[in-house]
Amino acid sequence: MATLTDVPQAPRPAARHRTGWDAHPALRWMRANLFSSIGSTITTLILIALLAKALIGLVQWGLVNAVWTEPANDSAACRAARGIGACWAVIPEKYRFILFGTYPYDQQWRPAAAILVFIALFFVSSRRSFWRRELVLIWAGALSLIGLLMWGGIPGLPYVAQERWGGLPVTLILATFGLAFGFPIGILVALGRRSKLPAIRSLCVLYVELIRGVPLISLLFMASVMFPLFMPDGFNIDKLLRAQIAIIMFAGAYLAEVVRGGLQAVPRGQQEAADALGLTYWQKNRLIVLPQAIRHVIPPLVNTFIAFFKDTSLVLIIGIFDLLTAAKTAIIDPAWQAFSVEVYIFVAVIYFAFCYAMSRYSRSLEQAQTAK
Amino acid sequence: MTTMTPQKRPPRPKMTFSLQNDQFKGLLWQILVVGIAVVVIGWLWSNAIHNLSVRRISTGFAFLGREAGMPITDTWIAYSPKDTYLRAFIVGIVNTLRVAVIGIVLATIVGTMIGIARLSANWLLSRLAAIYVETLRDIPLLLQLLFWYVLMQGLPPARGAWKPIEGFFLSNRGLVMPGIPLDSGHWGVIGVAALGCAAFYLLRRHLIARQMQDGRPRPNWPYGILLIIVLPALVSWLSDVPWTISMPELHGFNFAGGWTLAPEYFALLIAVVTYTSAFIAEIVRSGIQAVHKGQWDAALALGLKRSFVLQKIVLPQALRVIIPPLTSQYLNLTKNSSLAVAIGYQDIVSIANTTLNQTGQAIEAIALIMAVFLTISLSISLFMNWFNARIALTER
Repeated sequence: MATLTDVPQAPRPAARHRTGWDAHPALRWMRANLFSSIGSTITTLILIALLAKALIGLVQWGLVNAVWTEPANDSAACRAARGIGACWAVIPEKYRFILFGTYPYDQQWRPAAAILVFIALFFVSSRRSFWRRELVLIWAGALSLIGLLMWGGIPGLPYVAQERWGGLPVTLILATFGLAFGFPIGILVALGRRSKLPAIRSLCVLYVELIRGVPLISLLFMASVMFPLFMPDGFNIDKLLRAQIAIIMFAGAYLAEVVRGGLQAVPRGQQEAADALGLTYWQKNRLIVLPQAIRHVIPPLVNTFIAFFKDTSLVLIIGIFDLLTAAKTAIIDPAWQAFSVEVYIFVAVIYFAFCYAMSRYSRSLEQAQTAK
Repeated sequence: MTTMTPQKRPPRPKMTFSLQNDQFKGLLWQILVVGIAVVVIGWLWSNAIHNLSVRRISTGFAFLGREAGMPITDTWIAYSPKDTYLRAFIVGIVNTLRVAVIGIVLATIVGTMIGIARLSANWLLSRLAAIYVETLRDIPLLLQLLFWYVLMQGLPPARGAWKPIEGFFLSNRGLVMPGIPLDSGHWGVIGVAALGCAAFYLLRRHLIARQMQDGRPRPNWPYGILLIIVLPALVSWLSDVPWTISMPELHGFNFAGGWTLAPEYFALLIAVVTYTSAFIAEIVRSGIQAVHKGQWDAALALGLKRSFVLQKIVLPQALRVIIPPLTSQYLNLTKNSSLAVAIGYQDIVSIANTTLNQTGQAIEAIALIMAVFLTISLSISLFMNWFNARIALTER
């Protein structure tokens, strides 16, 4: 009886010509992905040539000819290397100012700690096991702790006025408080836009469309020049707080549209079942509809937050000391004026690190949702 | 057998004045919310009137007729500081539109190319496109704008300008290139060509409708050449419009002749185009990926050419997914063009801001900004909705 091994088998094609291109998996990969056709080969060669040229230029500017250290307040070596090499020495010279602005120098551990609290807060909020009602308490606690760290005013933490705040904490405060206070507004407006009551619906539509139709800058101008006009005599609030209010109003309109998308994704049967149980309007939304709607929109919520985080940089135009303004101010110093490109790259890396981490996170959530 | 009695709709529940009645509760809620809104707005308004009278600022748009006295360096329409505020605002609107319109066109082209490159089978090309998208999306536009502007200022002066191509000069004066100095005669010819385009569009629709009736193909390209090329050329020849290209030349410290893109405009355009193109690339990529692979297979199985399949089968379906998010990117680009104020390009926001500082007419200036942007946003939305309705799936 013939065993299975006796069955004549066609020779494996791969075994037939293991020469040249197919000799190594890496070569096979290159053939499939870089040189699969004439057009692809030409593209690859052109790209390699361009890339090599750009990389050599960048390495020479950024590494080989770069100046890494300088004695304090002296930029002679940097100026000598100008045009051929980067001046990274400006970063150790200025990084405290860029990150913390004019916050009192010996107290700068406080904004640093506030940044760490922010990062911890983002990390905790990203864990699925924390997506419960208690998260609201965690946010309230963390934001109060940040306020305490920045303001101080208790024994051991001397009071620091808001005008002295600056740099990365201000950027994080504007974006995070914008989200925290804009979110409830967004939920109410989204519910209002779906309400059966015509007056409430049209007010909500008006609010959302007016805010979304104009640039954020015009809202910030409004906050900085029009706000005092609309207040009674002698009443005024801090510039940072005014900008924060503008960002909250702005966030509210955009978050309302995100939440509305989530509300539309909740099946009608859920609402009808809640009505059948005799729940009131607020009970129905609080217990049944909103928890489902918000879970749906977490990925777009993260994307909206990334957009706010980037948009807070616009406060530069009304002169508030956020990360970008601090960077721009740091290079007013005549000794370092010529090296703004290096400072901008440093700040860009900080923004990129936050935004990239968040966008990776939102994409992983989206993939988990579609996989379900 | 029972006869079907026409079903009566249940009568609407009567409104009773008790808190148990849903209609009455709804009415109360509306009165409450609208009442609060009216009270808050009225309070703000009365404060504003009081504050303005204290500061002796008269409300209203009368200031638009006064002399502006504000210099505007980069304009497309004639303007001098002796002109009125109204004219300054119009210059600002033109400057905003010139960034928005050209930016939208360029961002669409670049974004589509990058989006297709991300889907390329060539690993290197798709990786580079992905790096482009990720880097530009995750850095604030304002930072990118400042970065481009600093690079622009760091370029050599006019004397040592870079010459990437003959006739093009890149220096800290911006980009100078060969151009045709346009006057009214040229605009007339361009107008004739535009009318020719419109006439050709209507004619083509008519010819296609006829072909649908009797099935006989009617070539429409000869009419196109006639209406869009021959007719304007004839008008231009008959009215002696000169089409001489003026080459830029270095005179002293600056260039004369040709077209100049000021460094502020150039930096703003690069910044908004690269930033928005990264978002458009993602939209185009997901739009093409949303078309089912079976559509390609089925069309190729019918023996259609690849280019025909892409043009007539894949792209129309991808467009349906692409258009709505693309519209919001166009709106974003237009709103983002207002960042111009950070580098001193005088768009509508920048001019309104200067006006506000000079006259103190804060409410009017900001109302004008809002009116301009709402108008532009609404026009883009209307146009894109019309386009979207045209390409939408018509089901029986």
